[in-house]
Amino acid sequence: MKKFWTNGTAVLGTCLLMFFIVVAVFAPQIAGTNEMGDNYQIPRAAWSSRPIAPTAEHPFGVIGGRDVFYGVVWGTRTAFRLGLIITGFAALIGVIVGSISAYFGGWVDEILMRIVDIFLSIPFLVAAMVMTTILGKGLDKVIIALITFGWMSTARLIRGNILQAREEQYVMAAKALGQKDWIIILKHILPNTIFPVVVQMSMRIGSYVITAAGLSFLGVGAEPGYADWGTILSYSRNWMTMLDQSWFAIVFPGTAMVLFVLAWNLVGDALRDIFDPRMRS
Amino acid sequence: MPLILIGVTLIIFSMIWALGPDRLLASYVKSPEALKTPDAAERLIKKYGLDQPMPVQYIKWLGNILQGDFGYSMVGKKGVLPSILERFPYTLELALYAVVPVILVAIWLGVVSAVHQNKFIDQFIRVFALVGWSLPDFVFGLLLLWVFYSVLGWFPPGIVNTQFDLVMRSADWKTITSMPTIDALLNGRIDVFVDALRHMFLPVITLAYLWWAYLLRITRSSMLEVLRKDYIRTARAKGVPENLVIKKHAKKNAMIPVLTVAGGSVIGLLGGTVFVETIFSRVGMGRFLAEAATLLDYWSIIGGALFFSLIMVLGNLIVDVSYALVDPRIRLE
Repeated sequence: MKKFWTNGTAVLGTCLLMFFIVVAVFAPQIAGTNEMGDNYQIPRAAWSSRPIAPTAEHPFGVIGGRDVFYGVVWGTRTAFRLGLIITGFAALIGVIVGSISAYFGGWVDEILMRIVDIFLSIPFLVAAMVMTTILGKGLDKVIIALITFGWMSTARLIRGNILQAREEQYVMAAKALGQKDWIIILKHILPNTIFPVVVQMSMRIGSYVITAAGLSFLGVGAEPGYADWGTILSYSRNWMTMLDQSWFAIVFPGTAMVLFVLAWNLVGDALRDIFDPRMRS
Repeated sequence: MPLILIGVTLIIFSMIWALGPDRLLASYVKSPEALKTPDAAERLIKKYGLDQPMPVQYIKWLGNILQGDFGYSMVGKKGVLPSILERFPYTLELALYAVVPVILVAIWLGVVSAVHQNKFIDQFIRVFALVGWSLPDFVFGLLLLWVFYSVLGWFPPGIVNTQFDLVMRSADWKTITSMPTIDALLNGRIDVFVDALRHMFLPVITLAYLWWAYLLRITRSSMLEVLRKDYIRTARAKGVPENLVIKKHAKKNAMIPVLTVAGGSVIGLLGGTVFVETIFSRVGMGRFLAEAATLLDYWSIIGGALFFSLIMVLGNLIVDVSYALVDPRIRLE
């Protein structure tokens, strides 16, 4: 762990992440709440849909009648929720499928890995788009779609790691001592193979958040007015030929997205450097 | 491979099937008149076989697909397959222009970065890659459009200017490949060619930047690993000049993992066209999908997804084959 704190980029990543956590936790204090009820609905700041450049009252400007600052701040909560739920479930499914595949081997392995191949053969973004379109609008639908098409790489990773770990001496030793197979998997193999999954998860959180935002940008994700970075971006689609009047609706949520992804990537990178000794220089 | 294609159609079909007969019916009925009589809906559901069990419907649908009948596209205002085929050359052209800079520049920068590990240039390239890797393509595209079109006015969106669009629609314009830049050259119109390139510049950069960053990282780590191998030490020990060690001994071996990823990235580029074509209002497959998704044009989305998946499967096959060509160890197996 000491190595982590001497790594400049890791510290930067952690600081960025802390910043986002603080913003998410204190969203009501920073941006206020919606008096109309649901805090995840950006309150109306104007009735005209014309973009209004940043003012003291609306520091990030107004687009589509919605306050961009409110959307970006509350959107941080949405981003964490999306990223953690999707990554958590996708990794869980991946670990289960991968472990079963590696443990049973033979035709079970063959069938599961072919299913993985099949799911990987539909481009991720396209698959997510098709599924959200069919399920309907709303963030919960986006979450379901991204989990459905997000578990495969974890399954492959954990399967490969388990197959490799099976040949290690400590596993042989446990086997020689007469341990049951499932105890060997749970107590010996998984703890030694789960780490690459954690690294992979931390790097994927950002990309899932981006994909979800992308779907919202295209108009198939969150509903209009929902506090989500992609939704704010999607308002500027109506002003595509005069972005100089609505630049703030791109720059502010865009910056939030870049920094959010960057934070997770930096942390993931640092974790990998620590736990993969081959990458050390 | 046929197994995978069947699996893909099964997944995609089960998604349409999940819509249920009522919503599916809506995509068959072209005017509200058809639903006027009270029992019309049930009758039509029977007529189109929407109440049959899933396997029966699947076989029927697959049969239609194999005959090239993908249904009617609301976006294209004609069949789904002709709508897709009409748009595909535009997307292919965009992807081809993006691939060359992606692969060449990424490999070059990756090698430079690895050779000068931890020096200033390496740090600089790594930051560049990290930012690129964290930059969502639609945000980057919007930023480029804002700066280079709205503010500076250098690179307009679209395919070509209106005047050249008229030229391309005129009777004496020969459409050969349907790719604007290539057709412009074949028609001997340098001005149209230059204009098409000008419109292509921002989309290509947007598509390329993200994958640059990704490929660069792979190249760098692969190079670093190779540079630590025994045969590199041997080469250095026997007095081979450093630039030859890198060019002949290290780079060739480091390229093997890069090539696999590069193949994948070419396929990944096609997915990125959904955003790029929407943002830069270009005709193409990606925008077709995006429009179909907003209009809930189910058959177009399904058709587009099938088409993209087919490209992906074929692309992966090509990557596997070329992998064997590059790496003699795989060929021998």
